[in-house]
Parts: sequence; C-alpha cells; structure tokens
Amino acid sequence: MRKYIIIVCLSWGAVFSQDPVHGTVQYQENNKTYPLTGASVFWQNTSIGTVTDIDGAFRLEKTPETDLLIISYVGFKTDTLIVQTPFITHQMIQNHNDELDEVTLTQRRKASQKSYIETQNILKVSSEELLKAACCNLSESFETNPAIDVNFADALTGTKQIKMLGLSSPYLLISEENIPMVRGASQAYGLTFTPGTWVESIQISKGAGSVTNGFESIAGQINTELKKPLTDIPFFLNLFGSINGRYEMNTHFNHKIDEKWSTGLYLHGNKRTEKFDNNNDGFLDLPVSEQINLMNRWQYTDLEKGWVSFLSWRYMKDDKLLGTLSFNPQKDRGMNNRWGSEIKTRRWDASFKLGYVFPETPYQSFGFQSAFSSHDQDSYYGLRTYDINQESFYTNLIFNSIIGNTLNKFKVGLNYSFDTYMELVNVDAFQRTDQSVGGFFEFSHDNNDNFSLIAGVRMDFHNNFGSFLTPRVHFRYVPLEKFVIRLSAGSGRKAANIFAENQTLFATNRAIKIESSDGKIYGLDPEKAWNYGLGLSKSFYIGDPHQITLSADYYITQFTNQVVVDFERPREVSFYNLEGESTAKSFQVELDYYFRDYLNFRAAYKNYNVKMDYKSGFLQKPLLAKNRFFANLGWESKPNSVGKQWRYDLTYHYVGAQRLVHNLIDRPRGFSPKYSLWTTQLTYVLSEKFEIYLGGENIGNYRQPSPIIGSVDPFGVDFDAAQVYAPVFGRMIYTGLRLKI
Amino acid sequence: MKKILIILLALPLGMVAQEKQKKSTKAEFKVHGNCEICEKRIEKAALSIKGVKSADWDIPSNQISLIYNPAKVNLETIHAAIAAKGHDTSETKAKEDDYDALPNCCKYDRE
Repeated sequence: MRKYIIIVCLSWGAVFSQDPVHGTVQYQENNKTYPLTGASVFWQNTSIGTVTDIDGAFRLEKTPETDLLIISYVGFKTDTLIVQTPFITHQMIQNHNDELDEVTLTQRRKASQKSYIETQNILKVSSEELLKAACCNLSESFETNPAIDVNFADALTGTKQIKMLGLSSPYLLISEENIPMVRGASQAYGLTFTPGTWVESIQISKGAGSVTNGFESIAGQINTELKKPLTDIPFFLNLFGSINGRYEMNTHFNHKIDEKWSTGLYLHGNKRTEKFDNNNDGFLDLPVSEQINLMNRWQYTDLEKGWVSFLSWRYMKDDKLLGTLSFNPQKDRGMNNRWGSEIKTRRWDASFKLGYVFPETPYQSFGFQSAFSSHDQDSYYGLRTYDINQESFYTNLIFNSIIGNTLNKFKVGLNYSFDTYMELVNVDAFQRTDQSVGGFFEFSHDNNDNFSLIAGVRMDFHNNFGSFLTPRVHFRYVPLEKFVIRLSAGSGRKAANIFAENQTLFATNRAIKIESSDGKIYGLDPEKAWNYGLGLSKSFYIGDPHQITLSADYYITQFTNQVVVDFERPREVSFYNLEGESTAKSFQVELDYYFRDYLNFRAAYKNYNVKMDYKSGFLQKPLLAKNRFFANLGWESKPNSVGKQWRYDLTYHYVGAQRLVHNLIDRPRGFSPKYSLWTTQLTYVLSEKFEIYLGGENIGNYRQPSPIIGSVDPFGVDFDAAQVYAPVFGRMIYTGLRLKI
Repeated sequence: MKKILIILLALPLGMVAQEKQKKSTKAEFKVHGNCEICEKRIEKAALSIKGVKSADWDIPSNQISLIYNPAKVNLETIHAAIAAKGHDTSETKAKEDDYDALPNCCKYDRE
C-alpha cells in the first residue's frame, strides 16, 4: 500500500486580506517528499482557481466569498481546507486505494494558549513558551507568563518563589503528571528540582480546580507534563552558561526498544562556582551550588489493546553554600565569627502509572497511579539547624465514563496518601504523620455548543483533619460569539508545614514563636479556604491577520482558618491560627494580540488585595505588590526550507510598592520603591537540529539596595535576610545551545 | 482454591466485557458538511437520539464515527436525524428546505 501525503503550506504575502495565498502541494512516497505538479486548487463555489506548477507551488488571490479551499488531483481524494487564519498548515495523508482515509490536521501551536472550550480557566504553556526563558528550571519557567508572579524568596539562597492570585506556592497544588509534587519538605526549593528541558507542557488552572487530585489546592493548580520517551526526540543536548558563573547541562536519550516499549534517560547537572558580592555587603549575592538530577522512564504503549504504562525513577542531589564571602564550612560552621549556611538535599522518586482505554468504547477508561518519594534536607543557617525528612506515598485510581452519551461524562475514584515528616529545628524535634483516604465523583456536562459545567465533590478521611467534604464547581457559558463567561467556586484544605514553607525565616535571627492552640500540626489547625472566581474573555478578529483576545478575571479566596505567619514585630516571627478575617482578592485584565503567527504581544495588569488579621491589625500582606504590570513581545521570522529561523522575545515587569514589615534598624521604610524589570532573549535556529541563544535577565540592572538588614552584625538580633522585594543580583547575561538529533 | 478465586474474579469481568460488546456497536458513514459549525450541528443531531453514546465527525474526511446501542436505536434513525438538520448522509438525503436553512459555511456542494 503506497501512502501519499499532500502538504499544503499557506502563507499570506502581505497584511491585507485580499492578498494572495501561497502554498505548495506535495506527496510522500517511501518516506520521500515530492512536489505534486498539476493539482488543481480553487475556492469552493467560485471560478477562482489555479494549477500547481512544477514545484507543486501555487498562488491564488483571496476571495471574500469563501474560506474553503479545494485541492484535487487524479488518484487523490479531493480535499477541502478552511483558510480562516493565516497560521494553518494542513497535512493530509491518504491511501491510494481511497478505502481508508487517514487524515491528520496540524495547526501551528501558539506558545501559550487560553483555552476557549475548556470549562475551567486553564492556561496551557507549551514547550515553545518555556524556551522563552532559557534558564533553567521550573521556578524560572513562569517569567513570561502573567498568571504567575515570580519573587525572590530571600537575599541568600537565590531561590525564586511563585505566587498566584496573590497567594504563595504552598496554596497551590503543584503536581507532576497529576502526582502532587512540590509540597511539604520540598516547598521552598522544589520548583528548582525539575529542569526546564524535561518539561513538555504546563497547565495552569486558576481557582478551585478539579477534585480528582486531592483537597490541597486553594488558589489553583499547576500541573507539569514531562517529556515522554515515545514521543521525545532520540537525543537532545542543551548547554548553558552565564556571566555570573552558572553552568547547566541537559542531555536526553530516548530509545525505542520495540513496538511497545521505549525508554528515556534524562540527565541534568548545574554548577555555580564563582562568588559575587556586587552590593558589597560581605554576603554572596547568589549561593555557590551544584545539582545532579537523573531520571529514567519506561513507557509501554499498546494502542490496539488500549494500554499505556509508565515506570519512572529519579534521583536528585543538590548542595548550596551561602552566606559571607569568606565563610569556610570546615572551619567556621558553628562559630560566631563568620555567618554561613549549607543546604544539602537528596531526593528519590519512583512512580508507576497504568492507563487503559476500552477499545470498543473509547470514552471509557481507567487510570491507576502510585508514587513514592523520599526527601531529605540537612541544613544550617548560621547557628540555626534545620533538617527535614519526608517520606511520601500517593496512590490514585480513577474511572472515566459517560452517562447516556459523551455530552455527560463522569470521573470516579479513590486516593490514598501517606506522609511522614521528621524535622529538627535547632534542638527541637518535630514528628508527624499525615494519612488520608478519599473518594471523589466529578460530573461534567457539555451541550456541545455554548454551555458546560463541571461539578465535583470529594470526601476525605484524614488522621489529623478528621473527615470532611470538598465541593468544587465550574460553569462556562458563551452568550455571544467568542465571548466566554466562566464561574467557579470550591474549597480546599492543607496542613501548614510552617518551617518548610517559610524557610526564609532561618535567614533571620528572629525568635520563632508558635502560639499553640492544641491543634495536631505544630499545635496549630489545618488551613481551610473557599475560592470564588469570575472570568470573562472575548476574542476579536480585525481583518485577517490580526487576532485580539481581551480577558479579565476576578478571584476571591476567603480563609476560614489560616496559619498566620507574622513578621510584624521586630526580632520575632510568630505562627498562630487566624482570628478574624483573611481574604485575597485578585483582579487581572489581559490583552493578547497575534499578528499571524509571527508576532505576539501580551499585556496584563494585575491588582492584589491580600489582607489578614494580624495581632497588630488588619494589614496588607507584606512583600506583595498591590499593582503589577506585565508585557511580553514575541517575534519569530518565517522558517526557511531547512528550518532556519530567528526568534526574539522581550518581557517587561512593573512591580508596584510593597509593604515592608517594621524593623528596628531602618525604621523609615514603610513601602518599597516601585521598579521595573526587563528580560530578553534572542534565538538563532540554524536548522531543525541546532540552535543557539543569547539572553539577559534584569537587563536594566535593578537591585535592592542593601537587601540584608543588619548585615554588619549577622549574629545580632536584627539580622534579617528575608525582607527581599527586588532582585539581589543585577544584570545576568547568558548564552547556550540546543542540539536535537 | 486459587483457581476458584481466579474464576470468580474473571467471571464477572468476562460477563461485563461481553455485555459491553452487545450494548455498543460502532458505525462509520459519510455526512456532508464543511466547517466547525457543521461539526457541532452533526454531532449534536446524532447525540440527541437516545442510544447514541458517542459521535465524532471529521471535517476533512466528512466521516462520522458512531458508537451506539443497537438495542435502543437503529442506524436509519440516526441518518434521518442528521439529514433533518440539512446534512446529506450516505443513506439519506436532506430535504431542500432543511438544506436551505443551513448556515452559510455549511452549504456543501450537492451532487
């Protein structure tokens, strides 16, 4: 059986919609592509048409009458293409005998997409978008994305912290292939433990989210899909170097063993060797660090019978050295002459996934997943010791099916999770085991037109929280063309791992106070909140190559209990159960503009009103900008026949004033100054196999002056490196290459 | 003992599997249409009939893939329901009035 492919590439010659369409028609035989000469191409129901030339190419005037382009040739089945948007590439695979039609349509994917048809407010980030921030791990992947705000955690560890809807990452459910991942012990540094090149795509859902992966999400969910051995390229190499002495290497090897089995080995290493103190405070601006990260995946696929399975294991070793320039851990640890810190983390992960799709009824499937992880962090910050060990087991069984027909679907399943924590905080040991078993049911209805809803509920039995219900609902309604209204509501709960989530407090000499209330988690109660959201989105087409989407959303998170982290009193940090009110209100408007597929401009304004009752009053959360503005410009040239292409990206962040907590040394600072950050990147793709990039972060070189309070006396009571509102390190220029074979 | 257990476990599964096959049948045929609006119309028309579990119409090939319960519905009814929305199927031609009522982008070439 000979297979033929017709590839029609359509492109516009100029801005105006009446300008001609160019394209080529090709066919494929024995894996070689040949031009198809003499094929007729015409607009449906018109006399406007042409015939392809010797290279298979054609040029055709656009007509206002129709968008349907017909391509026909003797021996091939006549085909119709819709030519509405300029970014369509159609591939048609046909069997010569015309009996079996196999047709695939590919559309050039936009780097990040707000889904129009999804019931939930989900933003999908593809690997193309991830390339915009070449460096380096998951925590740095959100810089070009307005849904998530990236802040520095402290002035010492160089760690970035993410926020969504004005709430920090502990209030997000961060999962890897739907297995909860960055939680508990890994809360502070966990996002830096997933190398960016391993990531295939990220799904960010704002608000209540789904009930299928547990009760923990409050502000939203971030799920990361990693590269799959079957679909990833056989070999990938990425090298990265920056002027601040950071070097990274990523290699992926994927091998197809037979029809059903494939395996992948993913290796990552990074190192920062040079010591910098650009602000002359005696402290390293960024730590000296080293990480080795290794993952091996096995994938089994039997599409005929409907089975898919993954087996993965992973090992990660991360060492950081930070503190004063002259600190020598062998000599100075435990002494009060030079302040220094070491953070050593070792982590093992193993997971098993099994999915089955009923071949006769593909709308029915079941999935099973099981994951184990062991996380071990040994660290000291000056004279403070902090060790944490967490062992986790998570398992989940889910069944998908329909009620009547595919317009009404449901998911039903069970989860079990087990976590044991052992912590050493200076001389105090804390130990805790969390265990929960839960069942969920989620119903979804879609009228295949303008209305859909997802309603889910779960019941959990938890050894420390008791038994409780978690409901979550989402509605989507399309009253007018390309205008979507979304509503969501739901609750979430979590245990506050106060030390792991607030490790920055060890970079201070504040006294730690826990105001116990006989709760089961450090004497405190579990956190519980309700989240309500409203989203509006409208797309416009103004002339053919222009596409504009305007969207706005508003979310309220209301805590019924929260563990308040209170830095308000000088020389002290205290934890206590919320008494009174705590709400986070988030408003965002966003404009997305596409000019064909080559130019994209995105701008967003965000307003956060996050207030809670502290002992000292109802106050805006410190170190959170009330106003933020974001803009991103992406441009790429048309790739030529061998894939040669330029790509350019520029991002602007405006960060408004942030409330600063009271301290005794520099009292006058009530609010931080407003500032702006610029990042940029240029990529030159030489061919489909090789590309080089050059970029800069914080190219405006904005730095927080004297980010460490009390840096002259790091063993004194006023020492505090946690009050960081802006970058500590200035401009960072980097370069690197990617090799794909 | 082990064997009995296996039989006991396998029996209901086998029964479920057999019943599944009886309850759902697949069918594929041609339905005329052009665009995404047609896709929604055609799939909605098919799914509006009790016993049709899933319907997926493909724009370029104009083929609809159905899964339905033959005990509840026969194929002619499905053809008729789709044709009633103005879309010719491989078996049933739509009425002139229904064709004329189609949205502009759905006005396929009639043979």
